[in-house]
Amino acid sequence: MLVTLLFYGFATILVAAGIGVITARNPVHAALSLVLCFCTSAVIWLLIEAEFLAIVLVLVYVGAVMVLFLFVVMMLDIKVEELRRGFTRHAWLGWIVTVTVIAEIVGVLVQRRLGLDVTRGAAPLPAGYSNATELGTILFTRYAYAIEIAAMLLLVAIIAAISLTLRQRRGLKTQDISAQVAVRASDRLRMVKMKSGGTQS
Amino acid sequence: MITLGHMLTLSAILFALSVAGIFINRRNVLLLLMCIELLLLSANFNFVAFARYLGQLDGQVFVFFILTVAAAESAIGLAILVVLFRERRSINVEDLNTLRG
Repeated sequence: MLVTLLFYGFATILVAAGIGVITARNPVHAALSLVLCFCTSAVIWLLIEAEFLAIVLVLVYVGAVMVLFLFVVMMLDIKVEELRRGFTRHAWLGWIVTVTVIAEIVGVLVQRRLGLDVTRGAAPLPAGYSNATELGTILFTRYAYAIEIAAMLLLVAIIAAISLTLRQRRGLKTQDISAQVAVRASDRLRMVKMKSGGTQS
Repeated sequence: MITLGHMLTLSAILFALSVAGIFINRRNVLLLLMCIELLLLSANFNFVAFARYLGQLDGQVFVFFILTVAAAESAIGLAILVVLFRERRSINVEDLNTLRG
């Protein structure tokens, strides 16, 4: 009973924050609403006992991706008014699509032909069950190749993001390290053989 | 007791909200990226719910990989956005008409 009440409470917060994301005038407010979305989603995932993914959602999304979003929002100087000009013109289309999609999916759900007894809830987990242990076991045995591909994908993403945003600005006085290392003594120093002037006595 | 229907309905509402957000914020690339993140979150809700109610962990593994791909996608997307803003001084979708010929 308490779990259901908590679910309804956090689901309400989640939907409200989702509405906040798509209607916020300021991109910073949209990003912060999205942070609230991810945090409440993590709580709901905790309620249905997906603990590891809840923690990963908070760490990866709130901790890394949304901070990246906020950095970009604050770094770019965006003129909000110009971007919101067509807001009311297309809003009706958006809301029609929303209501249609919700009605379709809920219409499928109320048929209850999913092959599952959805009224009874999930089977209780045994005592001492560790979600992270089970997930780690299955990740590093059955999905070992997939996780290596995922790691490679992240590496590619790092390289792509850095190489896209790296820029060489012209006309700056900077060090050229390779030229400094490659220099030889003969480039800088000219040895001159001179006759000695003899002693002055 | 939270049933599968609760989770799927919540995820459907989130999905529809983010699709509506893509329609509403058609000009702003940054808000489009945020709506895509919300859309992936609602898909993850379905995976987590089915993994729990079918008693199999494979759905959660899928969520793990979706999170990985989404993180890579948003990193590259934001990098493209920064480069775009540097070139055009705007992130309006309607300014991106170079390929129209």
